[in-house]
Amino acid sequence: MRIPATRFPVERFTLSNGLRVVIAPDRSAPVVGVAVVYDVGIRSEPEGRTGFAHLFEHLMFQGSENLEKLAHFRYVQGSGGTFNGSTHLDYTDYYELLPANALERALFLEADRMRSPRITEENLRNQIDVVKEEIRVNVLNRPYGGFPWLRLPPVMFDTFPNAHDGYGSFEDLESATVEDAQDFFNRYYAASNAVLTVGGDVDVETAIQLVERHFGDIEARPAPPRPNFDEPDLDAERRSAYTDPHAPLPAVAAAWRVPDPIAEFEAYLPYVVLAEVLTDGDASRLVRRLVLTDRSASSVGGYIGFMGEPFEVRNPTALLLQAHLPPDGDVDKVLRTVDEELERLATDGLEPEELERVQARMATHLLRENDSVLGRCLQMAVLEQQRGDAGLLGELPRLISEVTEEQIVAAAATLRPERRASVEVQPGGKL
Amino acid sequence: MSPRPVPDLLPATQLRLPASEERTLANGLTIIAVHRPAVPLVELRLRIPFARANLPRASLLGQTLLSGTETMSTVDIAAELQKVGGALSAGVDPDRLVISGNSLVSGLDRLLEILAEVLTGATYPAQEVATERDRLADRIRVALTQPAHIARSALLRRMYGRHPYAVQTPRPEQVLAVRPGNLRSLHAERVRPLGATLVLVGDITPAKALDSAEKALSSWNGSGKTVELPPVPPLKSGPITLVDRPGSVQSSLRLAFTGVGRSHPDHAALQLANLVFGGYFSSRLVENIREDKGYTYSPHAVIEHSVAGTALVVSADVATEVTAPALLETWYELGRIASTPPTQEELEQARQYALGTLQLGIATQAGLAGLVSNLAGFGLRLDWLAEHRRQLMEATLDDVFAAASRYLAPARGVTIVVGDASQVEQPLRLFGEVTLASH
Repeated sequence: MRIPATRFPVERFTLSNGLRVVIAPDRSAPVVGVAVVYDVGIRSEPEGRTGFAHLFEHLMFQGSENLEKLAHFRYVQGSGGTFNGSTHLDYTDYYELLPANALERALFLEADRMRSPRITEENLRNQIDVVKEEIRVNVLNRPYGGFPWLRLPPVMFDTFPNAHDGYGSFEDLESATVEDAQDFFNRYYAASNAVLTVGGDVDVETAIQLVERHFGDIEARPAPPRPNFDEPDLDAERRSAYTDPHAPLPAVAAAWRVPDPIAEFEAYLPYVVLAEVLTDGDASRLVRRLVLTDRSASSVGGYIGFMGEPFEVRNPTALLLQAHLPPDGDVDKVLRTVDEELERLATDGLEPEELERVQARMATHLLRENDSVLGRCLQMAVLEQQRGDAGLLGELPRLISEVTEEQIVAAAATLRPERRASVEVQPGGKL
Repeated sequence: MSPRPVPDLLPATQLRLPASEERTLANGLTIIAVHRPAVPLVELRLRIPFARANLPRASLLGQTLLSGTETMSTVDIAAELQKVGGALSAGVDPDRLVISGNSLVSGLDRLLEILAEVLTGATYPAQEVATERDRLADRIRVALTQPAHIARSALLRRMYGRHPYAVQTPRPEQVLAVRPGNLRSLHAERVRPLGATLVLVGDITPAKALDSAEKALSSWNGSGKTVELPPVPPLKSGPITLVDRPGSVQSSLRLAFTGVGRSHPDHAALQLANLVFGGYFSSRLVENIREDKGYTYSPHAVIEHSVAGTALVVSADVATEVTAPALLETWYELGRIASTPPTQEELEQARQYALGTLQLGIATQAGLAGLVSNLAGFGLRLDWLAEHRRQLMEATLDDVFAAASRYLAPARGVTIVVGDASQVEQPLRLFGEVTLASH
């Protein structure tokens, strides 16, 4: 199957205050997307302030220079649009998807909070409460909460930026102050530390004018230096286990470091494909072996990066595998079988057509994400921020289709038990 | 410094509906093909009426439909689909069996061919059925520990009594008792083209896609039988149902009301009333219990359409210690919207949101495919959006207030709470009777 070429036209420029801008027109539907991505995430939050990047993301919705609390939501939704924001390891995004006639309004709203969010004691206390409920609903009150994205990093990594809980401890969240928030804004939310993407039903000239009108006079401030978060690779296996009081069945997740996703992009790409060779669908190696043949796992998944975004993460990161086990499942056996399958792949190579079919399916996944104007805006913004290359988005299906069997085999050969970190969920819940 | 003015909106764009074509085959299958060429893919949804199908068997059929045919194994099917960048999956609810998938558009013929082979020749091999049976039972065991699932199940039981909608998840032991022969019989009886709808959306020429689908699926035969569900029973308000979940650090509040279907004259007004109440972020409920009081992260109210009836469901997961106050505020907002008219400003904001999101929802192939398939299940087509848009534009303050009074009055609803009874039962009794239920 030939992998279809895709073209997403992209216009890029930088304002005098350092804001990088990407315009990605697509007139196929009368909707526009706006995304602003700041180059700060969980890894940059200070010690004693776990969860702060995410808490701060909430504060960015609490009013700004010209807008009272609640106004942002009402203007976006009252224009027929939707909005959200999310905090990742290496970036924080804010976005709107709207009917095309609301573009200028969305740009105004993003510019207003880039200029100056209104951070008050009352709003801070309110959002600390909201975030605590978010953590309860997503982590504390459910089985497998935070597994493995909050549970595996502290096993694999030693330094605070990589190892700590990105949702945050209640103690740290409660001790956050307005001054902390103002400092965080001053340090990380400079225009020169952000990328703005405008996509969808707009012509480039109009978009440029509107962007300049609303963002052009935002104060120029220096972007903070970006720290190097690298750590040495593991030289001995690390294993950990915990009891989940809600979980009825065992589970395990394992991770191996992979090459730098940006500096070593060519060496990295085979790992992205390998994760799919191992786990995408019933024809994948680990689903066949663990789930369909041995029945030692009831499901298995694999992906790159603790938040599952292979092209939106910086070094250090990992290839992750996770498996949910049947009652009385044997985690050791599952890990041994994974080792065996990796060994077999490294020794015997791939089956005929195995790589081509996985590459074809990956092309579909990528194209499908890019069918959404908003999905495209968000990914382009991050690619521009981390790689200076928003246009890479259109190249990915082709680049993935060029990964060779030799590269996959070589990648599989590096996933050795002695480089592995794993975490086991022991069921504490009733069956 | 003088405040900067918020820019006005440009004139609203007209609703733009994509081109589509439709054909009903001699075997009773309706095919709808929709043109959305943004990316070189095709989305597929096949909806087969499945009302009253035996629950554990239907659930397992969804997991094993793609587990083998005379010529292909599970792995062959998955691999053959992957070759064209494709995948298929199946799932059931009380109304329907849905097969969903997608592929590179150049693989459409192959995708349809494999679909046809599965529909006409799924074999439910014993080994694969045994594997999937255990997996499904495990998944259900995990679901039974999730507050969202516990709350959903308790709410459905409370709403629907003896109606088939009351229980939508089988028990693990029921699943484990299903035999391959049961699945083959259910398939023979119900996986039939009569009344089914196949939706194809993507970078296709609709007429050509219809030809491809007809070629692949005209040999799918057997008349099956038409099964209809009785309308859902009226809700019985009454005591709060409390489901004990010891040690729970949150309480899951769920309230349900009876709504109206998409073709009902009150539908647009009720949608707008629900938005003002709790149906989007800029609603009274969210502004109250989240943005003012910080009781919860994601409160919401949604209208859920099923073939036999429409429900309006309000959800909030709140800290255990504020369970009673959060419920009080929720009832307060329901009482307020039912007894006093919203402001014109609130209505206009909700109206713009409803109109705008109509367009956003059809701006992707997957969104469009889901919507077209869903509408088809109710005998509607995409042009319903234009009619709905007109009704949203015309709804008056009086209409919206009347709908709120008719459908959202607290006295008309049922309330269930999942939480730690040792901590929340007494506070909830401040509001009246509380019935403890197990899960």
